[in-house]
Amino acid sequence: MTAETLQPYVAIGATVLIVTGAAIAFLLVAHLIGPKRHGPVKDSTYESGMPVITDARRRFNVKFYIVAMLFILFDVEIVFMWPWAMLYYEAATAGATIPLQNGTMVGKEFLIVGMGIFFALLLFGLVYELGKGALKWD
Amino acid sequence: MWEFLTSQMGVSIMLAAVVFGVMQGVVAYSIYFERKIAAWIQDRCGPNRVGPFGLLQPIADGVKFIFKEDVIPGHVDKVLFVLAPTMMFIIAFIGLAAIPWGGQWLVDGKLVNIQVSNPDIGLLYLLGVGGMGVYGVVLGGWASNNKYSFYGAIRATAQMLSYEIPMGLCIVIVVLTMGSLRLEEIILPQTAYWSGAIPKWNIFLHPLVFLILFITMLAEANRAPFDLAEAEQELVGGFHTEYSALKFGMFFLGEYAHMITASAFISVMFLGGWHLPWLPWAQPEATSFAAVIVKMLVLGGKIAGFLFLMMWIRWTLPRFRFDQLMRLAWLGLIPMTLGLFMITVGLLYFGLHRSWAWTCGGDTVVLVLTLMYVAVSRREVSGRTPGMNVIGVGTAAG
Repeated sequence: MTAETLQPYVAIGATVLIVTGAAIAFLLVAHLIGPKRHGPVKDSTYESGMPVITDARRRFNVKFYIVAMLFILFDVEIVFMWPWAMLYYEAATAGATIPLQNGTMVGKEFLIVGMGIFFALLLFGLVYELGKGALKWD
Repeated sequence: MWEFLTSQMGVSIMLAAVVFGVMQGVVAYSIYFERKIAAWIQDRCGPNRVGPFGLLQPIADGVKFIFKEDVIPGHVDKVLFVLAPTMMFIIAFIGLAAIPWGGQWLVDGKLVNIQVSNPDIGLLYLLGVGGMGVYGVVLGGWASNNKYSFYGAIRATAQMLSYEIPMGLCIVIVVLTMGSLRLEEIILPQTAYWSGAIPKWNIFLHPLVFLILFITMLAEANRAPFDLAEAEQELVGGFHTEYSALKFGMFFLGEYAHMITASAFISVMFLGGWHLPWLPWAQPEATSFAAVIVKMLVLGGKIAGFLFLMMWIRWTLPRFRFDQLMRLAWLGLIPMTLGLFMITVGLLYFGLHRSWAWTCGGDTVVLVLTLMYVAVSRREVSGRTPGMNVIGVGTAAG
Protein backbone atom coordinates (compact mmCIF):
# COMPACT_ATOMS: atom_id res chain seq x y z
CA MET A 1 0.00 0.00 0.00
CA THR A 2 1.55 3.28 -1.06
CA ALA A 3 0.61 6.70 0.28
CA GLU A 4 -1.12 7.32 -3.05
CA THR A 5 -3.54 4.38 -2.72
CA LEU A 6 -4.16 5.01 0.98
CA GLN A 7 -4.90 8.72 0.50
CA PRO A 8 -8.68 8.34 -0.12
CA TYR A 9 -9.12 6.33 3.06
CA VAL A 10 -7.03 8.74 5.15
CA ALA A 11 -9.22 11.55 3.76
CA ILE A 12 -12.37 9.66 4.79
CA GLY A 13 -10.84 9.19 8.22
CA ALA A 14 -10.18 12.94 8.46
CA THR A 15 -13.81 13.65 7.50
CA VAL A 16 -15.08 11.23 10.14
CA LEU A 17 -12.87 12.97 12.74
CA ILE A 18 -14.13 16.45 11.79
CA VAL A 19 -17.79 15.39 11.84
CA THR A 20 -17.47 13.37 15.06
CA GLY A 21 -15.68 16.27 16.76
CA ALA A 22 -18.47 18.62 15.72
CA ALA A 23 -21.14 16.19 16.96
CA ILE A 24 -19.47 15.83 20.36
CA ALA A 25 -19.04 19.61 20.58
CA PHE A 26 -22.76 20.06 19.84
CA LEU A 27 -23.73 17.61 22.57
CA LEU A 28 -21.40 19.27 25.09
CA VAL A 29 -22.62 22.79 24.26
CA ALA A 30 -26.25 21.76 24.61
CA HIS A 31 -25.47 19.97 27.87
CA LEU A 32 -23.59 22.93 29.36
CA ILE A 33 -25.83 25.79 28.25
CA GLY A 34 -29.35 24.40 28.53
CA PRO A 35 -31.18 24.51 31.90
CA LYS A 36 -31.77 21.31 33.84
CA ARG A 37 -35.01 21.08 35.76
CA HIS A 38 -36.27 17.60 36.47
CA GLY A 39 -39.69 16.62 37.62
CA PRO A 40 -41.66 13.37 37.95
CA VAL A 41 -44.01 14.28 35.10
CA LYS A 42 -41.29 15.58 32.80
CA ASP A 43 -39.20 12.46 33.33
CA SER A 44 -42.04 10.10 32.45
CA THR A 45 -42.80 8.69 29.02
CA TYR A 46 -44.59 11.06 26.65
CA GLU A 47 -47.53 9.17 25.25
CA SER A 48 -49.96 12.03 24.57
CA GLY A 49 -50.85 12.39 28.23
CA MET A 50 -52.13 8.85 28.69
CA PRO A 51 -50.92 7.09 31.84
CA VAL A 52 -48.22 4.65 30.74
CA ILE A 53 -49.46 1.09 31.10
CA THR A 54 -46.54 -1.10 30.02
CA ASP A 55 -42.93 -0.87 29.03
CA ALA A 56 -42.45 -0.20 25.30
CA ARG A 57 -40.13 -3.18 24.81
CA ARG A 58 -42.87 -5.70 24.34
CA ARG A 59 -43.71 -8.18 21.62
CA PHE A 60 -44.23 -6.77 18.17
CA ASN A 61 -45.48 -8.12 14.86
CA VAL A 62 -43.25 -10.88 13.52
CA LYS A 63 -43.61 -9.47 9.98
CA PHE A 64 -40.95 -6.89 10.75
CA TYR A 65 -38.57 -9.67 11.70
CA ILE A 66 -39.34 -11.53 8.45
CA VAL A 67 -38.68 -8.38 6.41
CA ALA A 68 -35.33 -7.93 8.14
CA MET A 69 -34.39 -11.54 7.42
CA LEU A 70 -35.40 -11.35 3.76
CA PHE A 71 -33.47 -8.10 3.46
CA ILE A 72 -30.28 -9.73 4.66
CA LEU A 73 -30.64 -12.54 2.11
CA PHE A 74 -31.35 -10.15 -0.77
CA ASP A 75 -28.78 -7.57 0.16
CA VAL A 76 -25.98 -10.11 0.42
CA GLU A 77 -26.99 -11.44 -2.98
CA ILE A 78 -26.84 -7.92 -4.43
CA VAL A 79 -23.43 -7.29 -2.88
CA PHE A 80 -22.27 -10.42 -4.74
CA MET A 81 -23.45 -8.81 -7.98
CA TRP A 82 -21.09 -5.84 -7.67
CA PRO A 83 -17.75 -7.59 -8.29
CA TRP A 84 -19.48 -9.74 -10.88
CA ALA A 85 -20.73 -6.60 -12.67
CA MET A 86 -17.22 -5.15 -12.84
CA LEU A 87 -15.72 -8.41 -14.18
CA TYR A 88 -18.54 -8.86 -16.66
CA TYR A 89 -18.15 -5.29 -17.91
CA GLU A 90 -14.44 -5.88 -18.55
CA ALA A 91 -15.17 -9.21 -20.24
CA ALA A 92 -17.99 -7.89 -22.43
CA THR A 93 -16.41 -4.61 -23.56
CA ALA A 94 -12.66 -5.31 -23.62
CA GLY A 95 -12.85 -9.09 -24.12
CA ALA A 96 -10.96 -9.68 -20.87
CA THR A 97 -10.72 -13.25 -19.61
CA ILE A 98 -10.71 -14.48 -16.02
CA PRO A 99 -8.62 -17.47 -14.83
CA LEU A 100 -10.48 -20.23 -12.99
CA GLN A 101 -8.85 -22.32 -10.25
CA ASN A 102 -7.70 -25.01 -12.69
CA GLY A 103 -6.10 -22.45 -14.98
CA THR A 104 -8.64 -22.33 -17.82
CA MET A 105 -9.49 -18.84 -19.02
CA VAL A 106 -13.17 -17.95 -19.26
CA GLY A 107 -14.92 -15.02 -20.90
CA LYS A 108 -18.30 -13.34 -20.86
CA GLU A 109 -20.20 -16.51 -21.84
CA PHE A 110 -19.14 -18.25 -18.62
CA LEU A 111 -19.95 -15.18 -16.54
CA ILE A 112 -23.44 -14.71 -17.99
CA VAL A 113 -24.32 -18.39 -17.48
CA GLY A 114 -23.08 -18.24 -13.90
CA MET A 115 -25.13 -15.15 -13.19
CA GLY A 116 -28.11 -16.79 -14.90
CA ILE A 117 -28.04 -19.69 -12.42
CA PHE A 118 -27.54 -17.34 -9.46
CA PHE A 119 -30.29 -15.07 -10.70
CA ALA A 120 -32.71 -17.96 -11.24
CA LEU A 121 -32.22 -19.02 -7.61
CA LEU A 122 -32.77 -15.43 -6.46
CA LEU A 123 -35.94 -15.13 -8.52
CA PHE A 124 -37.18 -18.52 -7.30
CA GLY A 125 -36.62 -17.34 -3.74
CA LEU A 126 -38.61 -14.16 -4.33
CA VAL A 127 -41.50 -16.02 -5.97
CA TYR A 128 -41.47 -18.65 -3.19
CA GLU A 129 -41.61 -16.10 -0.40
CA LEU A 130 -44.38 -14.18 -2.16
CA GLY A 131 -46.28 -17.45 -2.61
CA LYS A 132 -45.84 -18.24 1.10
CA GLY A 133 -47.42 -14.88 1.90
CA ALA A 134 -44.34 -13.69 3.77
CA LEU A 135 -44.99 -10.16 2.58
CA LYS A 136 -48.74 -9.98 3.05
CA TRP A 137 -49.55 -7.21 5.49
CA ASP A 138 -53.32 -7.09 5.48
CA MET B 1 2.72 25.37 3.44
CA TRP B 2 1.51 26.16 -0.09
CA GLU B 3 3.06 22.85 -1.13
CA PHE B 4 0.88 20.92 1.31
CA LEU B 5 -2.24 22.98 0.69
CA THR B 6 -2.14 22.27 -3.02
CA SER B 7 -1.35 18.56 -2.63
CA GLN B 8 -4.23 16.11 -2.86
CA MET B 9 -4.22 15.54 0.90
CA GLY B 10 -4.27 19.25 1.72
CA VAL B 11 -7.12 19.90 -0.72
CA SER B 12 -9.01 16.90 0.68
CA ILE B 13 -8.79 18.06 4.29
CA MET B 14 -9.62 21.68 3.46
CA LEU B 15 -12.53 20.55 1.31
CA ALA B 16 -13.79 18.25 4.07
CA ALA B 17 -13.84 21.16 6.54
CA VAL B 18 -15.36 23.61 4.04
CA VAL B 19 -18.03 21.17 2.86
CA PHE B 20 -18.99 20.39 6.45
CA GLY B 21 -19.17 24.06 7.37
CA VAL B 22 -21.07 25.10 4.26
CA MET B 23 -23.45 22.16 4.65
CA GLN B 24 -24.46 23.35 8.13
CA GLY B 25 -25.63 26.59 6.58
CA VAL B 26 -27.18 24.94 3.53
CA VAL B 27 -29.08 22.47 5.70
CA ALA B 28 -30.32 25.24 8.00
CA TYR B 29 -31.51 27.29 5.05
CA SER B 30 -33.07 24.29 3.30
CA ILE B 31 -35.30 23.99 6.38
CA TYR B 32 -36.22 27.66 5.89
CA PHE B 33 -36.94 27.06 2.21
CA GLU B 34 -38.95 23.96 3.03
CA ARG B 35 -41.19 26.11 5.23
CA LYS B 36 -41.38 28.88 2.64
CA ILE B 37 -42.25 26.42 -0.14
CA ALA B 38 -44.84 24.75 2.08
CA ALA B 39 -46.35 28.16 2.72
CA TRP B 40 -46.28 29.04 -0.96
CA ILE B 41 -47.98 25.76 -1.95
CA GLN B 42 -50.62 26.14 0.77
CA ASP B 43 -51.13 29.86 0.08
CA ARG B 44 -49.78 31.06 3.41
CA CYS B 45 -47.00 33.51 4.32
CA GLY B 46 -44.54 31.17 6.01
CA PRO B 47 -41.80 32.41 8.34
CA ASN B 48 -41.61 36.21 8.01
CA ARG B 49 -41.03 37.60 11.53
CA VAL B 50 -37.28 37.15 12.07
CA GLY B 51 -35.34 39.50 9.81
CA PRO B 52 -36.33 40.51 6.27
CA PHE B 53 -38.56 37.80 4.71
CA GLY B 54 -37.81 35.69 7.80
CA LEU B 55 -34.29 35.09 6.52
CA LEU B 56 -32.82 34.96 10.02
CA GLN B 57 -35.25 32.23 11.06
CA PRO B 58 -32.68 29.36 10.84
CA ILE B 59 -30.30 31.29 13.11
CA ALA B 60 -33.06 31.92 15.63
CA ASP B 61 -33.95 28.21 15.48
CA GLY B 62 -30.32 27.24 16.05
CA VAL B 63 -29.99 29.53 19.07
CA LYS B 64 -33.22 28.15 20.46
CA PHE B 65 -32.00 24.56 20.01
CA ILE B 66 -28.92 25.40 22.08
CA PHE B 67 -30.66 27.27 24.90
CA LYS B 68 -33.52 24.81 25.43
CA GLU B 69 -33.36 22.16 28.09
CA ASP B 70 -31.77 18.94 26.89
CA VAL B 71 -34.15 16.52 28.59
CA ILE B 72 -33.01 12.96 29.12
CA PRO B 73 -36.11 11.30 30.61
CA GLY B 74 -35.69 8.83 33.43
CA HIS B 75 -36.97 5.74 31.62
CA VAL B 76 -34.57 5.72 28.64
CA ASP B 77 -31.38 3.81 27.95
CA LYS B 78 -29.03 6.76 28.42
CA VAL B 79 -26.03 5.61 26.37
CA LEU B 80 -28.06 4.63 23.31
CA PHE B 81 -30.28 7.69 23.74
CA VAL B 82 -27.26 9.99 23.32
CA LEU B 83 -25.61 7.78 20.70
CA ALA B 84 -28.61 7.73 18.31
CA PRO B 85 -28.67 11.42 17.22
CA THR B 86 -24.86 11.45 17.15
CA MET B 87 -24.78 8.52 14.75
CA MET B 88 -27.55 9.96 12.61
CA PHE B 89 -25.61 13.23 12.32
CA ILE B 90 -22.20 11.64 11.64
CA ILE B 91 -23.49 9.17 9.06
CA ALA B 92 -25.48 11.81 7.19
CA PHE B 93 -22.42 14.04 6.80
CA ILE B 94 -19.66 11.51 6.04
CA GLY B 95 -21.50 10.42 2.90
CA LEU B 96 -20.59 13.79 1.37
CA ALA B 97 -16.90 12.80 1.39
CA ALA B 98 -17.18 10.76 -1.80
CA ILE B 99 -19.09 13.32 -3.88
CA PRO B 100 -16.99 14.81 -6.73
CA TRP B 101 -17.74 18.50 -6.31
CA GLY B 102 -15.75 20.17 -9.05
CA GLY B 103 -13.76 17.88 -11.33
CA GLN B 104 -10.03 18.57 -11.34
CA TRP B 105 -7.97 21.66 -10.54
CA LEU B 106 -4.64 22.34 -12.30
CA VAL B 107 -2.35 23.91 -9.72
CA ASP B 108 1.45 24.25 -10.04
CA GLY B 109 1.44 21.89 -13.00
CA LYS B 110 -0.37 19.00 -11.29
CA LEU B 111 -4.02 17.96 -11.29
CA VAL B 112 -5.83 17.77 -7.97
CA ASN B 113 -9.25 16.17 -7.53
CA ILE B 114 -11.83 18.51 -6.03
CA GLN B 115 -13.21 15.63 -4.01
CA VAL B 116 -12.52 14.77 -0.39
CA SER B 117 -11.92 11.15 -1.18
CA ASN B 118 -11.75 9.30 -4.48
CA PRO B 119 -11.51 5.61 -3.52
CA ASP B 120 -11.77 2.79 -6.09
CA ILE B 121 -15.02 1.79 -4.42
CA GLY B 122 -16.72 5.20 -4.13
CA LEU B 123 -20.14 3.77 -4.98
CA LEU B 124 -19.79 0.92 -2.51
CA TYR B 125 -18.76 3.43 0.17
CA LEU B 126 -21.85 5.56 -0.48
CA LEU B 127 -24.12 2.49 -0.43
CA GLY B 128 -22.55 1.38 2.86
CA VAL B 129 -22.93 4.80 4.46
CA GLY B 130 -26.52 4.98 3.23
CA GLY B 131 -27.21 1.57 4.73
CA MET B 132 -25.86 2.70 8.10
CA GLY B 133 -28.46 5.50 8.16
CA VAL B 134 -30.93 3.06 9.70
CA TYR B 135 -28.90 2.76 12.91
CA GLY B 136 -29.69 6.26 14.14
CA VAL B 137 -33.39 5.65 13.67
CA VAL B 138 -33.54 2.19 15.22
CA LEU B 139 -31.32 3.11 18.19
CA GLY B 140 -33.32 6.29 18.84
CA GLY B 141 -36.61 4.37 18.81
CA TRP B 142 -35.35 1.55 20.97
CA ALA B 143 -33.55 3.73 23.52
CA SER B 144 -36.57 6.02 24.03
CA ASN B 145 -38.62 3.23 25.59
CA ASN B 146 -41.74 4.92 24.29
CA LYS B 147 -44.36 3.12 22.25
CA TYR B 148 -44.63 5.85 19.62
CA SER B 149 -40.86 5.91 19.20
CA PHE B 150 -40.67 2.15 19.08
CA TYR B 151 -43.35 1.73 16.42
CA GLY B 152 -41.88 4.60 14.41
CA ALA B 153 -38.48 2.98 14.56
CA ILE B 154 -39.56 -0.51 13.49
CA ARG B 155 -41.62 0.95 10.66
CA ALA B 156 -38.69 3.05 9.51
CA THR B 157 -36.35 0.07 9.74
CA ALA B 158 -38.57 -2.18 7.65
CA GLN B 159 -39.03 0.62 5.11
CA MET B 160 -35.37 1.53 4.78
CA LEU B 161 -34.35 -2.12 4.52
CA SER B 162 -36.96 -2.87 1.85
CA TYR B 163 -36.04 0.11 -0.32
CA GLU B 164 -32.33 -0.54 -0.07
CA ILE B 165 -32.71 -3.62 -2.29
CA PRO B 166 -34.07 -1.80 -5.40
CA MET B 167 -31.59 1.00 -4.72
CA GLY B 168 -28.66 -1.44 -4.79
CA LEU B 169 -29.99 -3.01 -7.99
CA CYS B 170 -30.37 0.42 -9.66
CA ILE B 171 -26.76 1.21 -8.82
CA VAL B 172 -25.64 -2.15 -10.22
CA ILE B 173 -27.41 -1.23 -13.47
CA VAL B 174 -25.47 2.05 -13.63
CA VAL B 175 -22.24 0.13 -12.91
CA LEU B 176 -23.06 -2.21 -15.80
CA THR B 177 -23.55 0.82 -18.07
CA MET B 178 -20.54 2.83 -16.95
CA GLY B 179 -18.08 0.11 -15.94
CA SER B 180 -16.63 1.88 -12.92
CA LEU B 181 -17.23 2.26 -9.20
CA ARG B 182 -15.45 5.63 -9.05
CA LEU B 183 -17.86 8.55 -9.11
CA GLU B 184 -15.52 10.73 -11.16
CA GLU B 185 -15.26 8.01 -13.83
CA ILE B 186 -19.05 7.73 -13.91
CA ILE B 187 -19.25 11.45 -14.76
CA LEU B 188 -16.63 11.48 -17.52
CA PRO B 189 -18.44 9.31 -20.12
CA GLN B 190 -21.55 11.43 -19.49
CA THR B 191 -19.77 14.57 -20.75
CA ALA B 192 -19.79 13.36 -24.38
CA TYR B 193 -22.60 14.23 -26.81
CA TRP B 194 -24.96 12.37 -29.12
CA SER B 195 -24.81 13.86 -32.60
CA GLY B 196 -22.99 16.81 -31.09
CA ALA B 197 -26.04 18.14 -29.29
CA ILE B 198 -27.57 16.03 -26.54
CA PRO B 199 -25.31 15.23 -23.57
CA LYS B 200 -24.87 11.51 -22.88
CA TRP B 201 -26.37 11.76 -19.40
CA ASN B 202 -27.54 8.46 -17.98
CA ILE B 203 -31.06 9.80 -17.50
CA PHE B 204 -31.53 9.58 -21.29
CA LEU B 205 -30.21 6.01 -21.32
CA HIS B 206 -32.26 4.70 -18.41
CA PRO B 207 -35.14 7.04 -17.51
CA LEU B 208 -36.99 4.31 -15.63
CA VAL B 209 -33.95 3.42 -13.52
CA PHE B 210 -33.59 7.12 -12.70
CA LEU B 211 -37.19 7.27 -11.57
CA ILE B 212 -36.91 4.14 -9.41
CA LEU B 213 -33.66 5.37 -7.87
CA PHE B 214 -35.30 8.69 -7.04
CA ILE B 215 -38.24 6.92 -5.39
CA THR B 216 -35.93 4.73 -3.30
CA MET B 217 -33.91 7.81 -2.33
CA LEU B 218 -37.08 9.45 -1.03
CA ALA B 219 -37.81 6.32 0.99
CA GLU B 220 -34.26 6.07 2.32
CA ALA B 221 -34.33 9.69 3.46
CA ASN B 222 -37.73 9.13 5.15
CA ARG B 223 -39.27 11.88 3.05
CA ALA B 224 -42.95 12.16 2.19
CA PRO B 225 -44.76 10.19 0.83
CA PHE B 226 -42.61 7.67 2.70
CA ASP B 227 -42.45 9.45 6.06
CA LEU B 228 -44.35 6.83 8.03
CA ALA B 229 -41.67 6.83 10.67
CA GLU B 230 -42.81 10.23 11.83
CA ALA B 231 -46.46 10.20 10.83
CA GLU B 232 -47.65 12.90 13.22
CA GLN B 233 -51.29 11.87 13.32
CA GLU B 234 -50.51 8.32 14.42
CA LEU B 235 -47.10 8.39 16.05
CA VAL B 236 -46.58 11.95 17.34
CA GLY B 237 -42.93 12.47 16.34
CA GLY B 238 -42.10 8.84 15.60
CA PHE B 239 -38.60 7.82 16.62
CA HIS B 240 -37.69 11.30 17.90
CA THR B 241 -40.75 11.81 20.14
CA GLU B 242 -38.64 11.85 23.33
CA TYR B 243 -35.87 14.07 21.96
CA SER B 244 -35.51 17.76 22.66
CA ALA B 245 -33.08 20.65 22.22
CA LEU B 246 -29.94 20.05 20.17
CA LYS B 247 -30.41 16.26 20.07
CA PHE B 248 -33.63 16.81 18.16
CA GLY B 249 -31.76 19.39 16.09
CA MET B 250 -29.15 16.80 15.19
CA PHE B 251 -31.83 14.40 13.97
CA PHE B 252 -33.25 17.25 11.92
CA LEU B 253 -29.88 18.26 10.46
CA GLY B 254 -29.13 14.61 9.75
CA GLU B 255 -32.38 14.18 7.82
CA TYR B 256 -31.73 17.20 5.61
CA ALA B 257 -28.05 16.32 5.12
CA HIS B 258 -29.21 12.89 4.01
CA MET B 259 -31.47 14.55 1.42
CA ILE B 260 -28.56 16.63 0.13
CA THR B 261 -26.26 13.61 -0.10
CA ALA B 262 -28.95 11.68 -1.95
CA SER B 263 -29.53 14.59 -4.37
CA ALA B 264 -25.81 14.98 -5.05
CA PHE B 265 -25.48 11.24 -5.59
CA ILE B 266 -28.37 10.98 -8.03
CA SER B 267 -27.07 14.08 -9.90
CA VAL B 268 -23.70 12.38 -10.32
CA MET B 269 -25.22 9.06 -11.36
CA PHE B 270 -27.80 10.32 -13.82
CA LEU B 271 -27.38 14.01 -14.60
CA GLY B 272 -23.65 14.23 -15.29
CA GLY B 273 -22.66 15.71 -11.93
CA TRP B 274 -20.88 19.01 -12.55
CA HIS B 275 -21.29 18.78 -16.32
CA LEU B 276 -23.50 21.24 -18.17
CA PRO B 277 -23.63 21.19 -21.97
CA TRP B 278 -22.29 24.24 -23.86
CA LEU B 279 -20.87 25.92 -20.74
CA PRO B 280 -17.10 26.00 -21.40
CA TRP B 281 -16.20 26.04 -17.67
CA ALA B 282 -18.29 22.97 -16.92
CA GLN B 283 -16.39 20.63 -19.24
CA PRO B 284 -13.81 18.02 -18.16
CA GLU B 285 -11.02 19.88 -20.03
CA ALA B 286 -11.51 23.09 -18.02
CA THR B 287 -9.27 22.86 -14.95
CA SER B 288 -8.76 26.48 -13.87
CA PHE B 289 -9.90 27.69 -10.45
CA ALA B 290 -12.80 29.58 -12.02
CA ALA B 291 -13.90 26.36 -13.73
CA VAL B 292 -13.86 24.54 -10.39
CA ILE B 293 -16.14 27.21 -8.88
CA VAL B 294 -18.50 27.06 -11.88
CA LYS B 295 -18.65 23.26 -11.66
CA MET B 296 -19.49 23.46 -7.97
CA LEU B 297 -22.27 25.93 -8.76
CA VAL B 298 -23.63 23.65 -11.50
CA LEU B 299 -23.73 20.65 -9.15
CA GLY B 300 -25.22 22.89 -6.46
CA GLY B 301 -27.94 23.96 -8.87
CA LYS B 302 -28.80 20.34 -9.66
CA ILE B 303 -28.92 19.53 -5.93
CA ALA B 304 -31.18 22.55 -5.34
CA GLY B 305 -33.47 21.31 -8.11
CA PHE B 306 -33.79 17.90 -6.48
CA LEU B 307 -34.39 19.45 -3.05
CA PHE B 308 -37.16 21.59 -4.50
CA LEU B 309 -38.67 18.50 -6.15
CA MET B 310 -38.60 16.61 -2.83
CA MET B 311 -40.30 19.50 -1.02
CA TRP B 312 -42.87 19.86 -3.78
CA ILE B 313 -43.64 16.13 -3.54
CA ARG B 314 -43.95 16.37 0.25
CA TRP B 315 -46.70 18.97 0.02
CA THR B 316 -48.45 17.32 -2.92
CA LEU B 317 -48.74 13.59 -2.26
CA PRO B 318 -50.50 11.95 0.69
CA ARG B 319 -48.61 9.47 2.82
CA PHE B 320 -48.61 5.75 1.98
CA ARG B 321 -50.20 3.21 4.25
CA PHE B 322 -47.72 0.69 5.60
CA ASP B 323 -48.92 -2.34 3.64
CA GLN B 324 -49.00 -0.26 0.43
CA LEU B 325 -45.45 0.84 1.12
CA MET B 326 -44.22 -2.71 1.52
CA ARG B 327 -46.13 -3.85 -1.55
CA LEU B 328 -44.61 -1.07 -3.64
CA ALA B 329 -41.12 -2.20 -2.66
CA TRP B 330 -41.44 -5.98 -2.82
CA LEU B 331 -44.05 -6.44 -5.54
CA GLY B 332 -43.32 -3.32 -7.59
CA LEU B 333 -39.82 -1.96 -7.48
CA ILE B 334 -37.84 -5.15 -6.80
CA PRO B 335 -39.30 -7.19 -9.70
CA MET B 336 -38.98 -4.13 -11.97
CA THR B 337 -35.33 -3.58 -11.11
CA LEU B 338 -34.62 -7.31 -11.45
CA GLY B 339 -36.09 -7.15 -14.96
CA LEU B 340 -34.09 -4.05 -15.81
CA PHE B 341 -30.96 -5.77 -14.51
CA MET B 342 -31.57 -8.78 -16.78
CA ILE B 343 -32.11 -6.54 -19.79
CA THR B 344 -28.98 -4.52 -19.08
CA VAL B 345 -26.89 -7.68 -18.72
CA GLY B 346 -28.25 -8.92 -22.04
CA LEU B 347 -27.51 -5.62 -23.80
CA LEU B 348 -24.00 -5.52 -22.37
CA TYR B 349 -23.38 -9.00 -23.81
CA PHE B 350 -23.90 -7.58 -27.29
CA GLY B 351 -22.12 -4.31 -26.47
CA LEU B 352 -25.34 -2.28 -26.72
CA HIS B 353 -25.29 -1.00 -23.14
CA ARG B 354 -24.78 2.63 -24.18
CA SER B 355 -26.96 2.69 -27.27
CA TRP B 356 -29.90 4.93 -26.57
CA ALA B 357 -32.55 3.09 -28.57
CA TRP B 358 -31.84 -0.28 -26.94
CA THR B 359 -31.66 0.85 -23.32
CA CYS B 360 -34.76 3.03 -23.61
CA GLY B 361 -36.50 0.16 -25.38
CA GLY B 362 -35.62 -2.12 -22.47
CA ASP B 363 -36.97 0.39 -19.98
CA THR B 364 -40.18 0.69 -21.98
CA VAL B 365 -40.62 -3.09 -22.11
CA VAL B 366 -40.31 -3.34 -18.32
CA LEU B 367 -42.70 -0.43 -17.78
CA VAL B 368 -45.29 -1.83 -20.20
CA LEU B 369 -45.09 -5.32 -18.66
CA THR B 370 -45.54 -3.85 -15.18
CA LEU B 371 -48.54 -1.79 -16.24
CA MET B 372 -50.01 -4.81 -18.04
CA TYR B 373 -49.61 -6.91 -14.89
CA VAL B 374 -51.32 -4.21 -12.86
CA ALA B 375 -54.15 -3.97 -15.38
CA VAL B 376 -54.63 -7.72 -15.74
CA SER B 377 -54.37 -8.67 -12.07
CA ARG B 378 -57.02 -6.06 -11.12
CA ARG B 379 -56.14 -6.18 -7.44
CA GLU B 380 -58.78 -4.79 -5.21
CA VAL B 381 -57.79 -1.74 -3.25
CA SER B 382 -57.21 -3.27 0.16
CA GLY B 383 -58.55 -1.73 3.34
CA ARG B 384 -61.51 -0.10 1.60
CA THR B 385 -64.81 -1.03 3.20
CA PRO B 386 -68.07 -1.10 1.23
CA GLY B 387 -69.88 2.21 1.40
CA MET B 388 -66.70 4.05 2.30
CA ASN B 389 -66.70 7.61 1.06
CA VAL B 390 -63.88 7.84 -1.43
CA ILE B 391 -63.02 11.27 -2.80
CA GLY B 392 -64.27 11.57 -6.34
CA VAL B 393 -66.51 8.52 -6.05
CA GLY B 394 -68.99 9.13 -3.28
CA THR B 395 -70.54 12.41 -2.27
CA ALA B 396 -68.27 15.39 -2.61
CA ALA B 397 -67.37 15.63 1.06
CA GLY B 398 -63.58 15.28 0.76
